[in-house]
Amino acid sequence: MEEKDIEKELPAPHYSLLVKKIKDRFGGAILETTVFRGEVTHVVEKGALVEICRFLKQEPDLQFKFLSDVLGVDCRKSLACFEVVYHLYSIPNKNRLRIKVRVRENEAVPSVTPVWRSADFAERETFDMFGIVFNGHPNLKRIYMPLDWEGYPLRKDYPLTGYKDQYNPFGVEKV
Amino acid sequence: MGVTEGNVLFTTVDHIVSWGRRSALWPMTFGLACCAIEMIAAGCSRYDTDRFGIIFRASPRQSDVMIVAGTMTKKMAPAVKRLYAQMPEPKWVIAMGGCASAGGPFNTYSVVQGTDLVVPVDVYIPGCPPRPEALLYGFLQLQEKIKREMPSVFAKFKV
Repeated sequence: MEEKDIEKELPAPHYSLLVKKIKDRFGGAILETTVFRGEVTHVVEKGALVEICRFLKQEPDLQFKFLSDVLGVDCRKSLACFEVVYHLYSIPNKNRLRIKVRVRENEAVPSVTPVWRSADFAERETFDMFGIVFNGHPNLKRIYMPLDWEGYPLRKDYPLTGYKDQYNPFGVEKV
Repeated sequence: MGVTEGNVLFTTVDHIVSWGRRSALWPMTFGLACCAIEMIAAGCSRYDTDRFGIIFRASPRQSDVMIVAGTMTKKMAPAVKRLYAQMPEPKWVIAMGGCASAGGPFNTYSVVQGTDLVVPVDVYIPGCPPRPEALLYGFLQLQEKIKREMPSVFAKFKV
């Protein structure tokens, strides 16, 4: 979205806090900014992710101390990459922010566990479902699926009914 | 008590053994999903399975019946198999609800498409979830089935 559209969509204090302040500090690392129903999403450079997250958490007038969720999106068809989305909430300011990073297959994302401890399980889930590796994660292993599971179920090329095995005698089913 | 008083009654071993078995079906306290809530309701005072001699036991070692109550995931299947193996013979299995019978609405990668792919099933109860009455009916059907079993013949031919 263009800067003037972003400014139009948001109340002035939100614009200066959630867009301008962050862009002034990390200008080059913010690749894209969009606003949907008053909520801001920044697509950021992978290398600057941890630094940006630490800033968002520690800056006194932002205080995004609550990481509500980390999740993946398989957009290999449209963007030739996966997206990892971080949902943040600022408890004192009562506002939300989304941070996205884009990562190609077989690439890794830096883990934000040093910033928020709650990223531990959320990143494990993203790894479990999409096979996205988080560098520096203290215990990166499957969390929902059995440890010996093959494949990553939420990838778009994973069949809905799974592969044929002893518990699924019908095998891959076309939808 | 007029019939039994001062009388001798003749029966067969098979008859009396299967009568004993079906009159004290002890299911395992074990539930997987929302069907378990209906199973609990069936065990509580309103539906009261105790009046049929159906008393929930906390250990597979003391149980005769396994009610597979709910969606069985592939991750859970080895645990279900192990619990079944831990139950002493003779033992029966009730697949309660659509999920346990055939995967139900969950035709997905993580759900076992029917309990019979993991352990042998005696009674299938349809419903999503089945009401406690349906579970009780399932137990009565199981009792009918046990009534027709002939333990002595089974033992002889190791069925």
